[in-house]
Amino acid sequence: MDFKNNIESILYFTPEILLIIFAASVIILDLFVKNKDSHKVAYLSLVGLVCTLVATLYISSYIADSSLSLFWGMIRLDKFAIFFKILLVLATSATILFSLRSEEIDVGLKGEYYALLLAVTLGMFLMASSTNLLMIFISLETVSLTSYILAGFLTHSPRSSEAAFKYITYGAVASGTMLFGLSLLFGMTGTGNLAEISQQLPEVLAAGEITGLGLLIAITFILAGIGYKIASVPFHMWSPDVYEGAPIPITAFLSVASKAAGFALFLRFFYTGFQAEGILQSVDWSLLLAVVSALTMTIGNLAALPQQNVKRLLAYSSISHGGYLLMGGVLLTPEGLGAILFYLVVYLFMNLGAFFVVVLVANESGSEMIESYRGLSTRAPLVAAAMLIFLFSLTGIPPFAGFFGKWLLFTAVIGKGMYWLALIGLLNSVVSLYYYARIIKAMYFESSDEEESFSFNKSTFALLSVFVIPTIFIGILNILYNYSDKITLQ
Amino acid sequence: MLLSLMIFVPLLGMVVVLLLPRESEELIKRVTLLFTFIPLILAVYLFITYDRSTAASQYIANITWIEKFNINYHVGIDGLSVTLMLLTALLGPICVIASWRNIEKGIKAYMALFLMLETGMLGFFAAMDLFLFYVFFELTLLPMYFLIGVWGGPRREYAAIKFFLYTLFGSVLMLVAMIAVYLASGDPGARTFDIPTLIALASTEGHALNSLNFQIWVFLGFFIGFAVKVPIFPFHTWLPDAHVEAPTAISVILAGVLLKMGTYGLVRINMAMFPLGLDRFTNGSDFWGYSLALLGFINIVYGSFCALAQTDFKKLVAYSSIGHMGFVILGLAARNDTGVSGAILQMFNHGVISAMLFLLVGVLYDRAHHREINRFGGIGSKMPIYTGITTLAFMASLGLPGLSGFVGEALSLLGAFAKYKTLTILSTIGIVVGAAYFLWTLQRVFLGKLNPDYEDIPEINKREILTLVPLGILTILLGVFPHIIIDMFSVSVTELTNSLTEAIGTFQANL
Repeated sequence: MDFKNNIESILYFTPEILLIIFAASVIILDLFVKNKDSHKVAYLSLVGLVCTLVATLYISSYIADSSLSLFWGMIRLDKFAIFFKILLVLATSATILFSLRSEEIDVGLKGEYYALLLAVTLGMFLMASSTNLLMIFISLETVSLTSYILAGFLTHSPRSSEAAFKYITYGAVASGTMLFGLSLLFGMTGTGNLAEISQQLPEVLAAGEITGLGLLIAITFILAGIGYKIASVPFHMWSPDVYEGAPIPITAFLSVASKAAGFALFLRFFYTGFQAEGILQSVDWSLLLAVVSALTMTIGNLAALPQQNVKRLLAYSSISHGGYLLMGGVLLTPEGLGAILFYLVVYLFMNLGAFFVVVLVANESGSEMIESYRGLSTRAPLVAAAMLIFLFSLTGIPPFAGFFGKWLLFTAVIGKGMYWLALIGLLNSVVSLYYYARIIKAMYFESSDEEESFSFNKSTFALLSVFVIPTIFIGILNILYNYSDKITLQ
Repeated sequence: MLLSLMIFVPLLGMVVVLLLPRESEELIKRVTLLFTFIPLILAVYLFITYDRSTAASQYIANITWIEKFNINYHVGIDGLSVTLMLLTALLGPICVIASWRNIEKGIKAYMALFLMLETGMLGFFAAMDLFLFYVFFELTLLPMYFLIGVWGGPRREYAAIKFFLYTLFGSVLMLVAMIAVYLASGDPGARTFDIPTLIALASTEGHALNSLNFQIWVFLGFFIGFAVKVPIFPFHTWLPDAHVEAPTAISVILAGVLLKMGTYGLVRINMAMFPLGLDRFTNGSDFWGYSLALLGFINIVYGSFCALAQTDFKKLVAYSSIGHMGFVILGLAARNDTGVSGAILQMFNHGVISAMLFLLVGVLYDRAHHREINRFGGIGSKMPIYTGITTLAFMASLGLPGLSGFVGEALSLLGAFAKYKTLTILSTIGIVVGAAYFLWTLQRVFLGKLNPDYEDIPEINKREILTLVPLGILTILLGVFPHIIIDMFSVSVTELTNSLTEAIGTFQANL
């Protein structure tokens, strides 16, 4: 293994360093700006994200197709990591823009809010690139701890405090369990490096030093931690309450960025650590993953059916989307990986877009319930049309991007003969139509008691179109298919 | 190029309509009419220039779309497609005219959605790539959902979501089958969605697609998808609800074209691509060998008896549609020249006749604001022209010789009789019942003593007559000269049945 030492690595670590610098600057700037100018803090953090993005892209062109192991093998810099870093920067930027428009966030605490957002992005960057068990745990904890605070950010709202409390309780248990699993894995192989684990495991399995059952137990424990991050059944219980209680921009952030980072970790962990011959045969954990995936989408969808609060409804829907995504990872095939990456991009745009509409409607009507969407098609036709596109894309109806994403996932699953899983996934799409259609029904088929139309400024529509246009065109245009194909994991 | 123009002109019209100001309603209607008229002119051009002597697809356009998965924008027409595209293009402007006065709110959105629907339908009939075919199939769902859900009757929300859920349920099963076919079509890199290529591969000995077991499963996947659309018993329950709630013009499109998408799919995919699967369900040797014909028989008899029991005029016509689509299924199950020709002719004729029936129901509903058959009576004396046209449509629908409905049904039954004697004889019950409910309705609504409530019910107006006359002329013309339409597809049908017989023969010889 060709490891870069600590000094050599720093250059390649520029994006992360920039995030740290800007997070600190945001806190400092916050000391000097008045409350009414607090949006300046948000702009500074946006600048920070843009710098990070530029640095990431520069490094990406610098390393081209090669991949590097930094800090003595603690983290890895490859196309996969860069893909997720770009995705995460986009999600965080969107969250900051939503927060600027949201009327929920306490003005007095904006400095901390934006600094924490940058910090959580840093943690997610590390999640996407960690290749060492210790680093995996540290990055996961960085993300979790900052997320707890962000979820509880509405200090005047008991729901928000409840959300933070539930989040931290579940999170502590999940990370404890995961840590135990990681220590088991370390004990079995004597190393924390994923690539070395991948070499060691077949040997110790063949030598009979450990049994397949032991390995399965370790993996299951580790899955508890990852499953908690991506809100897969049975570790999903926290997410509806947290999503409902947290400020809407944070809910959007958690449902997209946090999930994407969780998947980055999941994919790297399994594709790097457990690909070698002899591991898959000894433990039938792909069936375990398949069952978890099927349960996640089914339970998420069924629970979404009766919801009246749109935020909570989207929370359950995002659980079920975690299930769809997991489906692609069940068999560790390159097709599955490509499908997951493609779907994550699509999901980023359609889900963030849907949450942005929730922010807009909540600002105008002060409510997150489905009733407040009544007559939206006449009160704010463009916003309603955008929501319609996001919801149909989430359902997976062509010609919207969500359909193409699902189609890739199902092709990957059927390609390996798992018809039952594909069928469950597709029937779930039918179920999901029902609850998405309830919002559409309210927007288009019902009329509101209040006639006055919502007024939004031009920049709102500009931001909305940033989500609408990709949701319509990612699938139809032949661009992303070739890109997501080039990303591999060894 | 010509086909692409025809498919996407309505979509362009949608964009234009969306750009027009909401207030200028007359302009919106005229623009929509113009953009549905262009496909009609192109369809007439196709009708004239289409080469009837070959089964090869014509007017082909084939452009790479998603290269990585070998998905192409491939459109082309053969005899079957051109027939149904003609029907779609014909009903387009008629529906726009029929909606001229009846749509009270949101005319802009209504017309935009209608144009989108037309693109979906035309594209579906022209698609020669399975992926494209599926995308167009789904593209008709969205506008239909809104057209029923926003502009429909009192229970419109229920009807709209029921329609959407049923169809989506069918189409996801279709999607699984479609992906399975794609993956089985070759090694990675050589896979294809191209329908003609897949048809050829499925009959190639030793190819993965040419396996009985595989074909049975994918046949079922596609079949359920299309069966919901046709609709075939027991997937039919969405239809009466959708029809009763939908506005008149949408009912016309639903019965006239959308149901044909199901039977078209059965011919294009299930029959042409999976001959072995088809053989399993139509070989007439055991229960499963009778199953397709049995479903056709159930549709005919069950649909007709249900229609007999209705007191709602529109529901009666909706159930009669289920019955008449049964003849199509029965004709296809016969899988011989006569039966399949009869089935396709019946698709076209039923499109024309059911469009007339729904338009006529709409005319009466606009005046009386209800559709209860028993609350009318003696209308004939006040609306003689209307009564005359209705009688024509009823007679055509119940299969009176000399009118178009007779020819399709007779050919279907004739084809089916060669294969399933008992079922065909029993199916004729449906025709008798059909005559019964239509004549009984005629008697209850138009004859007898005039109900005093309708003393001054106004006669059918010119705009309404304008929508009905072209269809009325077609029913008479095609009743006398059915070959105008049959000639369009007869070569394609012969080709299809021959290749079916050959594929099944080769397979059985190798057993």
